[in-house]
Amino acid sequence: MSLQEESETPEIESGETELEALLDDLIVDTDDHENAPAFVIRPDTVQETLGRLKNEAGYDHLSLVTAEEYPDRYESIYHLKKFDDPTDEVSIVVPTDSENPVSESAEPVFRTADWHEREAYDLVGIEYDDHPDLRRILLPETWQGHPMGLDYDQDRPQMVPLRENANPLQDDHRSDADSDTMFVNIGPHHPATHGVLHLETTLDGEQVVDVEPDIGYLHRNEEQMAQNGTYRHQIMPYPDRWDYISAGLLNEWAYARAAEDLADIEVPEYAQIIRTMGAELCRIAAHMLAVGTFALDIYGDFTAIFMYAIRDREKAQNILEDLTGQRLMFNYFRLGGVVWDLPEPREEFFEKVRTFVNEIPDALEEYHDLITSNEILQMRTVGTGILPEEVAKNYGATGPVARGSGIDYDIRRDDPYGYYDELDWEVPVEDGCDNFSRLLVRMREVEESAKIIEQCVDLLEDWPEDERNIQANVPRTLRPDDDKEIYRTVEGAKGELGVYIRADGTEKPARFKIRSPCFSNLQTLPEMSNGEYIPDMIAALGSLDIVLGEVDR
Amino acid sequence: MSSERELFRTDDSQVLTETRDARMSGQGDRFNSKLREAFGSSPFILTKFDKFMNWVRGSSMFMLQFGIACCSIEMMHTYAVKHDLDRFHAGVPRASPRQADVMIVPGTIVSKFAPRMKRVYDQMPEPKFVVGMGSCTISGGPFQEGYNVIKGAEEVIPVDIHVPGCPPRPEALVYGVAKLQERIANGEAAPVTVKPYELEQFGDLERDEIVDELASEIDEEDLVMRYNWADSP
Ligand code: SF4
Repeated sequence: MSLQEESETPEIESGETELEALLDDLIVDTDDHENAPAFVIRPDTVQETLGRLKNEAGYDHLSLVTAEEYPDRYESIYHLKKFDDPTDEVSIVVPTDSENPVSESAEPVFRTADWHEREAYDLVGIEYDDHPDLRRILLPETWQGHPMGLDYDQDRPQMVPLRENANPLQDDHRSDADSDTMFVNIGPHHPATHGVLHLETTLDGEQVVDVEPDIGYLHRNEEQMAQNGTYRHQIMPYPDRWDYISAGLLNEWAYARAAEDLADIEVPEYAQIIRTMGAELCRIAAHMLAVGTFALDIYGDFTAIFMYAIRDREKAQNILEDLTGQRLMFNYFRLGGVVWDLPEPREEFFEKVRTFVNEIPDALEEYHDLITSNEILQMRTVGTGILPEEVAKNYGATGPVARGSGIDYDIRRDDPYGYYDELDWEVPVEDGCDNFSRLLVRMREVEESAKIIEQCVDLLEDWPEDERNIQANVPRTLRPDDDKEIYRTVEGAKGELGVYIRADGTEKPARFKIRSPCFSNLQTLPEMSNGEYIPDMIAALGSLDIVLGEVDR
Repeated sequence: MSSERELFRTDDSQVLTETRDARMSGQGDRFNSKLREAFGSSPFILTKFDKFMNWVRGSSMFMLQFGIACCSIEMMHTYAVKHDLDRFHAGVPRASPRQADVMIVPGTIVSKFAPRMKRVYDQMPEPKFVVGMGSCTISGGPFQEGYNVIKGAEEVIPVDIHVPGCPPRPEALVYGVAKLQERIANGEAAPVTVKPYELEQFGDLERDEIVDELASEIDEEDLVMRYNWADSP
């Protein structure tokens, strides 16, 4: 991984001077993040700065907003990238004073900043001027204090009211006395919301006038948990639980990548191949569930497709269990490699993986028969849930959602890690921008993953026995240097999954921030479904394939 | 150890436990019918009928389709092919709590969700049973020390069977459900536990600092759930 960093450096440097020229009058100070140059600006010039970067320098992807509190100030960091080239990054650091933490909102420039800044307000306590709707997003509205702040007292009592969930059929739930619209709560306990998502929906007849996702019903303080753990062993189990639809290894890689780059750990090639293979198995399992539940949403089919999808997931899970020892929460990666080698007897394991991979084209054929070539499904999905390319970019959508809108963006290829750049595979892109395209992208990705796995197995099989090095030498306790900051992303099952870490010289991270692809993707739901029929909204939600563990973290 | 084993004894003569006594006397009663009240505590016919009813209950359980967190993925696998919970008379997932007998709580419960879960539980018709799935429903699991996670489902609703694991394997969940059926068939159900996080009307709450702070924000009529983090285990 450090190899690739070297190749990156000159590019960044040449960009840096240009950027400095572009932002000349706005820069107060410069900082140095491991992944990108960072510029410190004043809190009232956020829109100006981001606007210039977006329109004149082409940084059109606001990947993440990190907020943190220092003893003497608050800081928001805007991590910007380019959809054309995600290795070209820049961070904008906005300090605000601790007495009166107000900073200008980036929402007018990047729509996606809306939720990111609400989260920053909710958990850390920074206020954003000019923000359209600065409310709590993850915690209940009546929560006292900001839990990721420095002086938060975790023991103080809290109270949560139950008022939002009143019966939608009551008269007083018409939005006002003589209008024709009706207010309906969908969720948080509803089978079509894929978990505990709450949609506040305003309906006019059967059409959705306005839908507002209300999240936070599964906010498990993942970031706090990671900040309480030591780098070496205690953090790794948690990523498994962000995106829990069997995508464990993909998430673990997000943490591993950030932490390894932070501590300059080189992962042996052999371990990289194992990682690549495991991660793609996870992707297949995750996409299978996405396809199965999508069919379930579209035509309530609890029988054939859902069961087929689960059947194929079982096969993937069996292999992963052989490899890692667990069905779902693998905890298989270690910083510097993986925890153990492939299971013995190796031939049997390879045989198993090969059989699975060889069956995939047939299985997909079956799915295409049942799903994509089914007229009912086509009627429901083609041309519904439209998400135009520009809108998707503005919301920071990534993964299959972006690729279904014609955005050719995949971290595995564009910012390569692991063994992906040595292998032969493609990034499927569809430009229908509708529910159907997103479904197709997922199914084609399964095919590509199968290809990758096959190549990995070939490589692993021929790997000389005395070079099977599964872990680099990593010190027992890791203490990255003080004030080192890094933001790294990988391609998770749902899109760009990133981790930002700030080290403070101890064995635990001072700030650990997760960039969840589902969080950004879910934000596009109103764009896709306002003005459409309710069933189309459900289809759109299904096609986003969110997982609440990752949305809420 | 031995006392724990005692709890799961299937021998009919051993099941007349405290729980059952409590139930017969009206305490924590989840089975008592009007008929029983009319006939007094245990006339022969009703006892036999009870037995029959319990067997019926245990052999046809409608599960609530209820997904919370990671454990629900394994729960889905338990329902689906290969593990097929249907084989154990307990398969039909019901989307509405009003049609369900058993609620499997599959995952982490956080502050915002706890009142909703209580509401869903309250909507289920009696008699109802709860299977807690995963470490999160026992103690908060891996997130036990977090600021937002309830330290176990038992803080909110009574739980009959705990299935430990993170997540439990489908086989473990099947075992848990089978154990629940066994207990139901034997007329055993967990006593209704004390619930520290009781829903209360806001207006009736004792005034203290936090109540005062929220007085303007919350309606007097609202149900609120109060979390005393410092006291929870
Ligand atoms: S017990 Fe483990 S697997 Fe289950 S919900 Fe909790 S964290 Fe997830």
